[in-house]
Amino acid sequence: MPVQPIKFYQSGSFVVGNRLLDPDQRSVQADPNRTNSLNSGHRACQGCGEALGARYALDAAMRATNNQLIAVNATGCLEVFSTPYPETSWQIPWLHSLFGNAPAVSTGVAAALKAKGRTDVRVVGQGGDGGTVDIGFACLSGMFERNDDVLYICYDNEAYMNTGVQRSGSTPPAATTMTTQAVGPEPGNRFGQGKNVPLIAMAHEIPYVATATVADLRDLEYKVRRAMEFRGARYLHVFVPCPLGWGTASCDTIRIARLAVHTGLFPVFEAEHGEVVDVTRIPRQVPVAEYLRPQRRYRHLFGASPRPDVVARIQQIADRNIRRFGLLAAEPAPTAQEAP
Amino acid sequence: MELPFAITLDVGSSLANHTGSWRTERPVYVNRLAPCNQACPAGEDIQGWLYDAEDGGYRAAWERIMADNPFPAIMGRICYRPCQTACNRGTLDEAVGINSVERFLGDEAIRSGWTVPVDAEPTGRRVLVVGAGPAGLSTAYHLTRLGHQVTVRDAGDKPGGMMRYGIPKYRLPREVLDAEVGRILDLGVRLELGQRVDDVLAARDEGGFDAVFLAVGAQIGHRAYIPAGDSARILDAVSLLRDVADGEPPQLGRRVVVYGGGNTAMDAARSAKRLGATDAVVVYRRTQDRMPAHPSELAEALAEGVVVRWLSTISQADSGTVLVEKMRLDETGFPQPTGEFEELQADTVVLALGQDVDSSLLAAAPGVAVDAGRVTVGTDLMTGAPGIFAGGDMVPADRTVTTAVGHGRLAARHIDAWLRGVRYQPAPVLPLATFEALHTHYYADAPRTVRPRLDDARRTTGFEEIVGGLDEETALFEARRCLSCGNCFECDNCYGMCPDNAVIKLGPGNRYAFDYDYCKGCGICVAECPCGAIVMEPEET
Ligand SMILES: Cc1cc2nc3c(=O)[nH]c(=O)nc-3n(C[C@H](O)[C@H](O)[C@H](O)COP(=O)(O)OP(=O)(O)OC[C@H]3O[C@@H](n4cnc5c(N)ncnc54)[C@H](O)[C@@H]3O)c2cc1C
Ligand SMILES: Cc1ncc(C[n+]2csc(CCOP(=O)(O)OP(=O)(O)O)c2C)c(N)n1
Ligand code: SF4
Ligand SMILES: [Mg+2]
Repeated sequence: MPVQPIKFYQSGSFVVGNRLLDPDQRSVQADPNRTNSLNSGHRACQGCGEALGARYALDAAMRATNNQLIAVNATGCLEVFSTPYPETSWQIPWLHSLFGNAPAVSTGVAAALKAKGRTDVRVVGQGGDGGTVDIGFACLSGMFERNDDVLYICYDNEAYMNTGVQRSGSTPPAATTMTTQAVGPEPGNRFGQGKNVPLIAMAHEIPYVATATVADLRDLEYKVRRAMEFRGARYLHVFVPCPLGWGTASCDTIRIARLAVHTGLFPVFEAEHGEVVDVTRIPRQVPVAEYLRPQRRYRHLFGASPRPDVVARIQQIADRNIRRFGLLAAEPAPTAQEAP
Repeated sequence: MELPFAITLDVGSSLANHTGSWRTERPVYVNRLAPCNQACPAGEDIQGWLYDAEDGGYRAAWERIMADNPFPAIMGRICYRPCQTACNRGTLDEAVGINSVERFLGDEAIRSGWTVPVDAEPTGRRVLVVGAGPAGLSTAYHLTRLGHQVTVRDAGDKPGGMMRYGIPKYRLPREVLDAEVGRILDLGVRLELGQRVDDVLAARDEGGFDAVFLAVGAQIGHRAYIPAGDSARILDAVSLLRDVADGEPPQLGRRVVVYGGGNTAMDAARSAKRLGATDAVVVYRRTQDRMPAHPSELAEALAEGVVVRWLSTISQADSGTVLVEKMRLDETGFPQPTGEFEELQADTVVLALGQDVDSSLLAAAPGVAVDAGRVTVGTDLMTGAPGIFAGGDMVPADRTVTTAVGHGRLAARHIDAWLRGVRYQPAPVLPLATFEALHTHYYADAPRTVRPRLDDARRTTGFEEIVGGLDEETALFEARRCLSCGNCFECDNCYGMCPDNAVIKLGPGNRYAFDYDYCKGCGICVAECPCGAIVMEPEET
């Protein structure tokens, strides 16, 4: 169990804080003195999962590093909504560079710190899925391959949101974006394309790779803390719903992320040195339609001319994930060999 | 400040950007009425005292019960727990064992000698309470805490009413009853025993009382005509139980037939077993689903070997036998005779066909109405005679200790207001915290704890208490199963999950506030509040 289990049943065992727990067992977000790395007044949309995920991750990283942290940011919503010159929401040392080079800039910062002998100061690189999976990918792979001492965090909202919702290598099949319209026999994004960067990161055999979502704060905080226990290249892939790009209600951000996990569409796991060491089990598998239906980007699969065949293909993806990662509570955890 | 090369402006904070102006709806913290609280006839704040108990605040929890109900240890034994039937957790796994936590708190208070203060200044007003059952004692307790001087007058030798002379001690040990009644008397209530009141107005005027509360109960066993031979032995259940309570149980013989289907019938049959009857047969004219006895009472009786003859009436009683006629239910669910008879062995027949009210003490009071044997009262529990209030079994309502206690609480507030020449205004009722208002995803599965029970063999040999109490650990576990329906329990979900840091944490016990300068109105806090304590409201424009 990655997250310390709460040993007794009590009101709201899975909530953010809990007055019945000792303060050191509570989440970072429950702490009235948390860093609030990303402060109020930022211009993210109502209910933005990325803004929430970034504060979760960086506040946890601040606590894990004793506030000795520098963050490097790729262009994307996270940068644009937080820092319109000369204002910023960041309450931590923070550097912006370009859309495609955040991993390389992070490497540079880490190298500079090393040269200065400041091994106490740690580096986080971060960006959206476009900046990570697509344009920044060569820099990222290089950072992994050199095993540079950086935790890179990708906030995956499954498209280029900042420029108006274009497809990325992380956009899921059948989803509509401005560049994958609901037309033709295979409406929306194509099946069989895109890439799974957590698995690619594992193939680099870096010390630590993990996935997380904004629906499980304690798990996310644990993974940041755990990542900071390693030196070398580490990768955290955080699933962050985007109400604007996905066409979901702003209040549904957490619920949608929870459904992505409970359907099996977004496997939550962690891996050390290329091997899966733990997965988050699904208490009860939810059919993918429950996840897809509330999202306008999948509207063409339902309604007047529904596409149950497409929904069935998405269900197959979920079922495969469940098999592959051993996500169901009853199934045994995958052994090192079987793991993806 | 000197700016670096190519920089023309200082770094500013985004706090300058008041994103609250984007909002079209605003989140607002609310309290809703927990279903347990709604269901409690005694008006307890159950959700509130479970919250106190959850972190080990047993004394605070007990005091919160005592604000409404002076009998936590009694309640924890004999209340029929409508709260648990209503509990939202029942939809999730199993209802919270509210009653067993209440008992733990009540027993803890007795063990530790906890008391409550009378904080009110003496008012100098005097109130007469007639009847020292739960309704009368509860009224006396609350009136005393409000500063009035109360005299309780009862015809019996000991206080408690049906709690002493009806409910057998295997369900309510007398030490518990004495402890909780004694605590009320210690507040300064004057108790006059062995004094039957025959004319309420005379009693009021002779004693110079400013108001009267009547709680004489329903003490007379209802008689039904049964053709009976001279040597047939027929008792009524109320007298039987009273004699048992007095320590003078009658000889019943080996085979006892109890006629009736209520809780009194169950207690009579179970007591008969304990008095040595080998057969205790309950004869009831309808079917199990229509039986007025509480299902738990029936289950306990059956577990002790009591047998029930459903759809049966007694048509004749003779020495050693009764003739039973089989019934069938008609379309309206009413039992109809079938003409089929059967003989049962019976050394004694016990009639448990309900109890009637003796309202003769009101005969001389003008304006008092009696309907279907019960004294008519208004919502303020006042009879037609000004200043004469009534409650408990003698008025139309459920006949339970809990209802009687609730009447006492309500009557005390109305009497207090009446004495001051005003009308008591109850607080407005909050909207109900329905199961749909909760987000139960945040609660761990937790089946409920079962209280230890005497094994069946040991049960019927004596009047020892059957159901044990919970130890502290299990009581705490049980309290923590509460979902806190409709009332913030400071879980930090809103504080932690706001993408805009627009929730201010006010510290333990003080909950949260919204920072409307930055709240964009996304509604995540509403959607993720486990207990339904936040709602969205349209923004005023
Ligand atoms: C066998 C049995 C089992 C029960 N089990 C349960 C149970 O498990 N749970 C539950 O909630 N309820 C139970 N009940 C019901 C419950 O006991 C009654 O509803 C409750 O006691 C009614 O309270 P009361 O104060 O109105 O009247 P009572 O308890 O009947 O008290 C009335 C008091 O008034 C006195 N009195 C009467 N007339 C006069 C007079 N003229 N002058 C002076 N004093 C007078 C009596 O002596 C008595 O003390 C049971 C009842 C019986 C009979
Ligand atoms: C080289 C380059 N190409 C294009 C852009 C324009 N641009 C800025 S952000 C962005 C997309 C960002 O998408 P993603 O990384 O997924 O972040 P998101 O906004 O979705 O969080 C693009 C195309 C740019 N800044 N630089
Ligand atoms: S869960 Fe708690 S607050 Fe809700 S109904 Fe049950 S006891 Fe009452
Ligand atoms: Mg993106």
